[in-house]
Amino acid sequence: MGRKLLLEKAHVPGIRNYDVYRREGGYRSVEKALKTMSPDQVTEEVKKSGLRGRGGAGFPAGMKWSFLAKPEGVPRYLVCNADESEPGTFKDRYLMEFIPHLLVEGLIVASYALGSNKTFIYIRGEYAWIVDILEQAIAEAKTNGFLGKNILGTGFDCEIYVQRGAGAYICGEETALIESLEGKRGNPRIKPPFPAVKGVWDCPTVVNNVETIAAVVPIINITGEEYAKIGVGKSTGTKLISACGNINKPGVYEIDMTISVEEFIYSDEYCGGIAHGKRLKACIPGGSSVPILPANLLLKTAKGENRMMNYESLSDGGFATGTMMGSGGFIVLDEDQCVVRHTLTLARFYRHESCGQCSPCREGTGWMEKILKNIEYGKGKKSDIDLLWDIQRKIEGNTICPLGDAAAWPVAAAIRHFRDEFEWHVQYPNAAQNRNYGLAHYADPLPIATAPKA
Amino acid sequence: MAEEKKLFKVTIDNITVEVEPGTSILNAARMIGGEIAPPAMCYYSKLKGSGGKCRTCLVEVSAGSTADPRPMPKLVASCRTNVMDGMVVKNITSERVQDARKGVVELLLINHPLDCPICDQAGECHLQDLSYEHGAEGTRYEFPRRTFEKHDLGPYIQLHMTRCILCYRCVFTADQLTNKRVHGVLDRGDHAEIATYIEKALDNDFIGNVIDVCPVGALTDKTFRFKNRVWFLKPEDAHRDCPKCSGKVTLWYRGDEVFRVTGRKDQWGELHDWICNECRFEKKKTSDWVIDGPTKISHHSVISANHYVDTVKPHETLPEVMGGRNPRLLMDIHDVSEVNKPNIDLSKIPGPAHSTDFKKGNTKSEG
Repeated sequence: MGRKLLLEKAHVPGIRNYDVYRREGGYRSVEKALKTMSPDQVTEEVKKSGLRGRGGAGFPAGMKWSFLAKPEGVPRYLVCNADESEPGTFKDRYLMEFIPHLLVEGLIVASYALGSNKTFIYIRGEYAWIVDILEQAIAEAKTNGFLGKNILGTGFDCEIYVQRGAGAYICGEETALIESLEGKRGNPRIKPPFPAVKGVWDCPTVVNNVETIAAVVPIINITGEEYAKIGVGKSTGTKLISACGNINKPGVYEIDMTISVEEFIYSDEYCGGIAHGKRLKACIPGGSSVPILPANLLLKTAKGENRMMNYESLSDGGFATGTMMGSGGFIVLDEDQCVVRHTLTLARFYRHESCGQCSPCREGTGWMEKILKNIEYGKGKKSDIDLLWDIQRKIEGNTICPLGDAAAWPVAAAIRHFRDEFEWHVQYPNAAQNRNYGLAHYADPLPIATAPKA
Repeated sequence: MAEEKKLFKVTIDNITVEVEPGTSILNAARMIGGEIAPPAMCYYSKLKGSGGKCRTCLVEVSAGSTADPRPMPKLVASCRTNVMDGMVVKNITSERVQDARKGVVELLLINHPLDCPICDQAGECHLQDLSYEHGAEGTRYEFPRRTFEKHDLGPYIQLHMTRCILCYRCVFTADQLTNKRVHGVLDRGDHAEIATYIEKALDNDFIGNVIDVCPVGALTDKTFRFKNRVWFLKPEDAHRDCPKCSGKVTLWYRGDEVFRVTGRKDQWGELHDWICNECRFEKKKTSDWVIDGPTKISHHSVISANHYVDTVKPHETLPEVMGGRNPRLLMDIHDVSEVNKPNIDLSKIPGPAHSTDFKKGNTKSEG
């Protein structure tokens, strides 16, 4: 049983309300930070903890905070990115819905560290009911003196505002989020300048994921050093994984990054194995944007080691044989799932969500979807597979924001690892309409440390 | 006097220039000029905030600066990346850049209608130039192209959204020249479009400039549409005293008739001055203007066809071959017609020659 820091109290009845949350030890970190620590000490503590951004990129949160420009007389802002729209990821929703006070508490501490007197939660428009939950929590915190003017008599002022998005995936990208927060069209900005220098209303801004902010609370409570002891290497602390797909027990799990992928999928404590006794075919371990892996590469790295559930191990082998931790949206595919159809679904999503600002992503995502549709519905040609590969190569790295990469990676990984299945679709278009390619050799143990097919 | 500013040394395709801090890579490359300047479809030096969107100006930075000589991992948009001291940039010398640019051009063209034969922009279209210079000869796109309904933008401007490449230049123009922008980008992704949402006329004294900033034929001049091809016209610089704008324009003549008025453009296709709608759409008589002389057009442009400047005629070899005798018909038959009337110089006739030009008693073109 791994240690739980975030969801430990999630199942206490009434934890959503201030009284119960406070009785269970809530808001201790606010008292500790505001009364006994300076803002720089809080930042230092977060740095020591080695906490990495939980939104997907995994950038060290303490580093991000220390990059924040602090010119005199210019307000600074903290923005909480609750625009969780990645297919397969629903951990922030769980956190905000069940223990909203944890997020509010983390926001107060982080605002104190960064000197933000106005803090925003940018929440995706589809989470309409969570807005009410958060606003209630904020109101309760304010009544009890944890928000507003002169918090706990320390002279620190802070207000938290909840802003709803209007249903665009792209607004989860931090500069697009800032544009949208300012009331503009949610187009990503061209970096530099980075938000740490010019963010909301051209003021220095830090944008952090919900889970990152929530993790600040245990860091302050147990100190950064203690937090850093949990986990391995540079993957410290606990991570929320939202598991879904063909598993027996889908849901949000808190892991301490020391367990293996195999254990996570098959143990009864977590996913409980593949549903209906089928076999594992493939898995996307970090939300739809990260590369898909076949079962053999998922459970063992190319070096033959067990693959663990942490940042380093999942990305072991680069994109050739590895994948990424991403935002923790763990999507499991059993042997009856069709990778081509699955890739088409993702391509359709990215085509729909591309903002249309820069040309490779705007035009390329639509093209990829059309080709994949042809292949899936038996109208594909053999040359289409190479064409797809070429298009994704032309998109990747050439766009303004990471959405272009996010659209290119799933297609690239699917072709890299499941080329046989694509070719089967092209070769036997009629059979492909009636049955699946099946598991084929995707779970066979791989010869250790050989280069996989390109 | 302030201290002399320190200049940044930047090397682009092995040519070093010194530029002021804060210059973008693209502008530094334009100082060198020629092929080293990356193409730019969305960047417009006179529009604040433009650039970074079309991705045709991508370059490789092989050394960030003297202080930090690490290369940048990704290709960067040269129009929005500022130079650092000691930066080394590769544009045409980098295969990666050429490959990426070819890809961008292909992607820009997959949904472009390629209706150049009926497009008014043909001949002065940046996308046309770009695809000739960097594109492939064919396309691998096999699907129906995206089309849009035409939007009516009032009496002067025609929006043909199907041709648009979403460079956002016209949006920035309206933002920065007019006090209230009424058009913008609607929807997202590949169905994003320039529109006014509810059909509305663009009504502002300076809104006509969106026609000049548009790199393609998406925004065209309704007073000029389908009247003539640009390469049949002769541009002349002219000016007038205009209370609203600088009044410095280019008149596009065919014969004695002014077919259209545009702002004066520099070698990168950017306007020197914004001009007002009155100058652009209302003043179409020579008598409205004071002529300053012919406009300089790059000899690479199709507009300069038939009126080349400083061209060298090919060496005449026939007399040599024929032992010193001159042939009856000369090679430059297309230049000076000896068949009908030797004193007619075809290149001086406005527009293509007709049989009437050679009829006896026609003095029109003999002067």
